[in-house]
Amino acid sequence: MNRTTIALALTCGFTAPLAAQAPAVATQPTLGPAPRLVMPVVQKTKLANGLSIEVVPMHEVPLVQAALVISGGARLDGNRPGLATFTANMLDEGAGTRDAFALAAEVAYLGATLNTGAGWDAVTVDVGAPKRTFARAMTLAADVVLRPRFTGADIKRQRDLRLAGILQQRDQPGAVAGLVFNAMVFPAGHPYHAAINGDSAATAALDSASVREFWRRAADPRRATLVVTGDVTLAEVRALAQKLYGAWKAPANPFPAAADPGPVARPATRIVLVDKPGAAQSVVMIGAPGVTRRSPDYPAIMLMNTILGGSFSSRLNDILREQKGYTYGAGSSFGWRPVPGPFTASAQVRSNVTDSSLAIFFREFRRIRDSGVTAAELQRARSYLVLGSLGNFETTGQVASQLASLTVLGLPLTTIPADLAAIQRLTAADVQRVARQYLDPGHYTVVIVGDIAKIRPGIETLGIGPVEVRDYNGNEVGK
Amino acid sequence: MSSAARRLTAMAAAVGLLSALPPFHATASAQALRVPTDTFTLKNGLKVAIHEDHSAPLVAVNLWYHVGSGREVAGRSGFAHLFEHMMFQGSRNVDKGGHFGVVQEAGGTLNGSTNSDRTNYYEMVPSNYLEQVLWLEADRMGYLLDAFSQEKLDNQRDVVKNERRQNYENAPYGLASIKLGEMLYPAGHPYHAPTIGYQEDLTAASPADVEGFFRQWYVPNNASLVIAGDVKPAEVRRLVTRYFGDIPAGQPAPAVRPMPVTLAADQREVMEDRVTLARLSLVWPTVERWNADEDALDIFGSILGQGRSSRLYERLVYREQAAQSANAGQGSRPQAGQFSVTVTAREGTSLSQMEREVYEEIARLASEGPTPAEMARARNSNEARSVYQLQTLLGKADRINQYLTERGTPDMFNQDLAHYNAVTSADVKRVAQTYINSRPHIILSVVPNGHRELAAQAPEVHP
Repeated sequence: MNRTTIALALTCGFTAPLAAQAPAVATQPTLGPAPRLVMPVVQKTKLANGLSIEVVPMHEVPLVQAALVISGGARLDGNRPGLATFTANMLDEGAGTRDAFALAAEVAYLGATLNTGAGWDAVTVDVGAPKRTFARAMTLAADVVLRPRFTGADIKRQRDLRLAGILQQRDQPGAVAGLVFNAMVFPAGHPYHAAINGDSAATAALDSASVREFWRRAADPRRATLVVTGDVTLAEVRALAQKLYGAWKAPANPFPAAADPGPVARPATRIVLVDKPGAAQSVVMIGAPGVTRRSPDYPAIMLMNTILGGSFSSRLNDILREQKGYTYGAGSSFGWRPVPGPFTASAQVRSNVTDSSLAIFFREFRRIRDSGVTAAELQRARSYLVLGSLGNFETTGQVASQLASLTVLGLPLTTIPADLAAIQRLTAADVQRVARQYLDPGHYTVVIVGDIAKIRPGIETLGIGPVEVRDYNGNEVGK
Repeated sequence: MSSAARRLTAMAAAVGLLSALPPFHATASAQALRVPTDTFTLKNGLKVAIHEDHSAPLVAVNLWYHVGSGREVAGRSGFAHLFEHMMFQGSRNVDKGGHFGVVQEAGGTLNGSTNSDRTNYYEMVPSNYLEQVLWLEADRMGYLLDAFSQEKLDNQRDVVKNERRQNYENAPYGLASIKLGEMLYPAGHPYHAPTIGYQEDLTAASPADVEGFFRQWYVPNNASLVIAGDVKPAEVRRLVTRYFGDIPAGQPAPAVRPMPVTLAADQREVMEDRVTLARLSLVWPTVERWNADEDALDIFGSILGQGRSSRLYERLVYREQAAQSANAGQGSRPQAGQFSVTVTAREGTSLSQMEREVYEEIARLASEGPTPAEMARARNSNEARSVYQLQTLLGKADRINQYLTERGTPDMFNQDLAHYNAVTSADVKRVAQTYINSRPHIILSVVPNGHRELAAQAPEVHP
């Protein structure tokens, strides 16, 4: 065959003129040396009130990105799920001298962006602005942090919007599956049991008093870090922060650190069906509580999951999409947080192959545990993670976001090169060990949102575990 | 000039653009947002642009084929996009999965996308992988069919059908966007059928279709290639010539011309869907991309319905609390454009009321014109977006390719911005009157299943 001949010719003499006769594409080019990741240099300082400041000057484009990260997020919700995210969303609904409309108008006038939000472990206020208007945008952000209005009318408006938004989630089978999954995997009382944005009942009870109280206790400069990247210097940022946040005082009654919910029980594998009659696809989510981000096994688990379901070329996507054509995409992930988030494997599959897809998921969980990974898979996953890190530091926003998420985890920036170095060293045996240790197909919760009449018989035949039916809120319905 | 200096050009420029704050004056100075490129064309017609940027050890490769769903033949809707999937299934010297394999091994990102007018393929990789990526792209441009099989077509047909189920059939309001295209553009117009296609047309796609489509459209003289990043132009030119140079040219593709549409009268329809809240969509035929009125329509949309300081948000969501969300905007494509307003009503609010209030806001803005503050917000937001787009290599490369494709020149950043900044409030009033206010348009109500009574009824008095 032509192809073989060319390959031989090239093997015999790479620079021989013979090769010129064949199209250049006949052989894959060799690689030059890989560029190395140069970590940004972080300059740090601190205000007298405890506010930490981290600055990464990046002068290529005249933009500045800032993230004010305050540790303590939705894990502080207690029995009021949704309170932290609601309070964070309320911050820019009127602050200082401006109502919500005037604030949004001023942000747009400055060509800036201002976003407020909460995750499980922090409240974050993000600002992006051209260098020219950055100081003015930061002044608005300081209003939002220190002088939010939280008026009753604003609270009621945003509460009603959120209530309608919670109802709208029922329209999205993926969102329904996620809510039921978390409610089943994490028991009542665990912070992840409820949705981060709360449910209808908790949301209806939100009022000005609870929001004010939450923010009074959460807005603590000693727990806050201001991360700034872009066309600025440390001196500029320090002076600005001193002016805007210097008078910020610690609360009299701060939140204690969020309680550690401790280990979570893992029932034997079970299947929960949620009915969506006439659905064109089934949404499948499979998993259990995962691992803390602080685990020393983080690099090995990242490698293992990259091979299992964490990239396009992973086993799950390759089989379910590229070989079988059952789905537009399949994958798996670990929720990397201080308190272990879920391990989740998921896909949206054609209804009539729901059972076959489920069988493949479980076969692959067992295969990577029992047989490990090949040398080629390991090398590809290593390279994917190590070289992929180069693209995580391209923009001011990316650098700020990397620093902010490490801050939330309480990890230094050196964690990133240390993890990459570990990934270079880890072996196939390490990968198989963490597959055995952290994949637990005998104790998984499977949630499927789909047309039960069509999919149930096939699923029961698989014998993976007992099958029960629940409603959109995760409550049991007739067996 | 070193490329660090080149980045500085863009930087100084953008400072200049926003330097009038406060108070705001439009100051679109020439040469402000330059993104320098080296451009050349291979003998086979492949257009190439190279942009040097050494701020990170990365390179973006962005390849456009000038074919989208608008060029599909009757009965084969969705084929351009299905074909895009086939481009990741291997070629003469690349295995199935090999394309993803190489780029993922590089820790890179890659994807392709299809719209009505073009199909693009892009990768961002560490700069030492540039040659590998050019090899991958050249092999499938030249020799895709050598690796084609019925099995691969059947597999990707299934994947695309699942994509349609996931993003349209099983998604709330998913089928409404398809319906709007069918209503606004007559059968036979390039924008009538959705890019995702109809299931029966996907079923009908055959190996002969793949071969014919490839030979007709996937030829170097119907493509343009942009390389942006940590590269040396002379070396890139050598590599591009080496890998793409001997791919034969095909038949020239017919030129694309604007095909604007008009409506003789309002068209009103109702769809039922598995949704909780009713949604109203209003769509007007307007102007194609690069029409002189495009930017004024964009500013009109920005002031009417983009973001929380827009008029529709302020009235419907913030003040009256009658709507869950409200958006408006001009959508321009090379052959035609449309202006859309979308309002999702709260429970207890009728779509008829929403429709009437949207008309009132349109009429007010069209007769009084925007305030100076609104004009400034629209311009400043647009300028900031333009600068942000220059932050990523992939964003820059795709925009360079768009300029190269649609305007024949790669560095239109500054002219584009200058045109936008030159729009006056009188222009905005004029286009609102010419194209939108009281002009015939589409009115589509999407209501929860079984609740057609919630649909917007024709108002008794049309402003």
